[in-house]
Amino acid sequence: MTAPPGEMMVESVTAPAVVPTEGRSLWRSGWIRLRRDKPAMISGTFLILLALIAIFAPVIVALLGHPPNEPHYDLLDPNTATPRGRFGGMSWHYLLGVEPVNGRDIFSRTVYGARVSLLVALLATATAVIIGTVLGMLAGYLGGLWDTIIARLMDLLLSVPSVLFAIAIVAVIPNKAFGLSGSSLRIGVLVFVIGIFAWPYIGRIVRGQVLSLREREFIEASRSLGAGTFTVMFRELLPNVAAPVLVYATLLIPTNILNEAALSYLGVGVRPPTASWGDSLAVASHGWYSIEPIFMLAPGLAIFATVLAFNLLGDGLRDAFDPRGGR
Amino acid sequence: MTVRLTKDLRSPATGEPSPATGKDAVPAQPTDAPATGAVPAASGEAGEVRGRAARGGDELVRVTDLTKLFPVRRGTLVRRSTGAVRAVDGVGFAIDRGTTLGLVGESGSGKSTTGRLISRLLEPTSGSVVFDGRDISHLSTRELRPMRRDIQMIFQDPYSSLNPRHTIGAIVAAPLRIQKQTPRGGIRARVRELLELVGLNPEHYNRYPNEFSGGQRQRIGIARALATRPKLIIADEPVSALDVSIRAQIINLLDGLRTEFGLTYLFIAHDLSMVRHISDRVAVMYLGQIIELADRTDLFSGALHPYTHALLSAVPIPDPTSHHRRERIRLRDEVPSPLNPPVACRFHPRCWKAQEICRTEAPPLRERAPGHQVACHFPEKRDVV
Repeated sequence: MTAPPGEMMVESVTAPAVVPTEGRSLWRSGWIRLRRDKPAMISGTFLILLALIAIFAPVIVALLGHPPNEPHYDLLDPNTATPRGRFGGMSWHYLLGVEPVNGRDIFSRTVYGARVSLLVALLATATAVIIGTVLGMLAGYLGGLWDTIIARLMDLLLSVPSVLFAIAIVAVIPNKAFGLSGSSLRIGVLVFVIGIFAWPYIGRIVRGQVLSLREREFIEASRSLGAGTFTVMFRELLPNVAAPVLVYATLLIPTNILNEAALSYLGVGVRPPTASWGDSLAVASHGWYSIEPIFMLAPGLAIFATVLAFNLLGDGLRDAFDPRGGR
Repeated sequence: MTVRLTKDLRSPATGEPSPATGKDAVPAQPTDAPATGAVPAASGEAGEVRGRAARGGDELVRVTDLTKLFPVRRGTLVRRSTGAVRAVDGVGFAIDRGTTLGLVGESGSGKSTTGRLISRLLEPTSGSVVFDGRDISHLSTRELRPMRRDIQMIFQDPYSSLNPRHTIGAIVAAPLRIQKQTPRGGIRARVRELLELVGLNPEHYNRYPNEFSGGQRQRIGIARALATRPKLIIADEPVSALDVSIRAQIINLLDGLRTEFGLTYLFIAHDLSMVRHISDRVAVMYLGQIIELADRTDLFSGALHPYTHALLSAVPIPDPTSHHRRERIRLRDEVPSPLNPPVACRFHPRCWKAQEICRTEAPPLRERAPGHQVACHFPEKRDVV
């Protein structure tokens, strides 16, 4: 019980004079770990490049291709409607050749397709993250009736066949609605449908995290200082669920890319002639893949590489920001 | 700063009674409650009021007949109340300004719940908490907010009481931010001052809790509790989770801060040895009730309740000869479940003195000597320490 008074000084003066005063936050130390993860870093670089390609698609296409919706019938064999020349008409002017039937530049369409795929997947994921985080925190922190209602709602949504639901919605939505029309309306519908069915995945994770955080004394400490529900949720809980949410959001993006591709494939995605990977796959799969493999390979490989990169990055983020990593 | 603080902290360590203790220990006037307890006092509560008034104390907190029930619910679809845990059951005491009340009991005795009822993290089922002349027992969250700056808590687990995602500066500044107080010279200057006050390097403002040891973290928790210049600090087992070598430092720090700022403490512990140094008065709880309440010196030298005797016999004595001489009281069995506590005297199943009356009639908390209350049918002075 009786420690020499000097010992207190030892404890309080642990830091030598040269120690930096800036602490290592979760984000800083996570970033240091992430930098050592080669697959995640390569994937991240690839995804940044892909995002730049999507953003600067008009510039890239102007330099290296042709407008994505421009037909080139002169490059097609009039008898078979297939491209002339070998490998689907690949040349320096048409880097990935042209499509059968209407001779559109596959390279340009793949580059433009990245826009739709990434836009829909990112917006849908953002929707899912916002709804899932807020409702998950409410369910976990408030408990009781709130928890029952939100948890049941999540179960309900996860048991609805989302693809059928999407087909039904697209069928009843007119050409103009909510101030949007054409492709932007379709994108809005895709974001809504995918986001609405994806948020329970985030919501469950957040709820579980909050349930365990709620018992920690710093929540009581905050309440005993007079913090209200809103302050506790957004100042105390949110920073603690941010890392797992980031990880699962990164893993949700590829799922949503596949969802978008699947819906476009089924014809309820963006409307033709807007280029999208899923739509290109759908057209290519109508028997063309055996004659013109490049037609299917270009969008297929783009989806594959993007989904793989997001998954590898998500795994890397999970390792780097491991929820059990530090207290 | 460190030097001055160390000097401050050393004086209580010598064991000299603080001025507050001295004042408290002297019974100014004889009370009408007889020292032997042969004539029953009106009630424990009334006795306590008289005892306090007699010593001319200036009350900061008065707790009266405080009760907290936690309903136990069963069933998956339809949740029905199937009973209640009587976590705190009719607890009453008062704390004078500038003094420390040690609240001791085993786990499950309701001591932490009592602390949370006073800080109004929980709402009492019945009974009242009067703080600084105001009944706060049923105030709403909004009404409580301004009052919270006067009552602060120090928590048991320094690892879970600090948000791992906030910097030390943000943690210590949180009370000021939530209470919308802007001290002279700004929040940052105040936080640095507080960190220095608890013996931490103010340059560590931007660091995160995981870079600190348990003892340092508890100092951060203390700095946070001091930020709004509270009147009452409820310390819920503040040293139980700490290494034994660090405990004395934290207790000395708390003691020094009390003298410096005229703080009042409710110091909760599960072990009498931890409250011995810092408390002016000590209350012993068992299964949600106070079974003995006395000035520190009275309790350690003349405890009357058999349960207190058992607790005292477990306090280690640094003197090996007397350690071997004294008898160690070992209690039978475990603490019964508070879901279904024993009737009448709650201690009777484990008590070696239990008679028929202990099984049929609950002993009230009575004043047996000035300022010394005990809830036992057969109180007896016994030399255990």
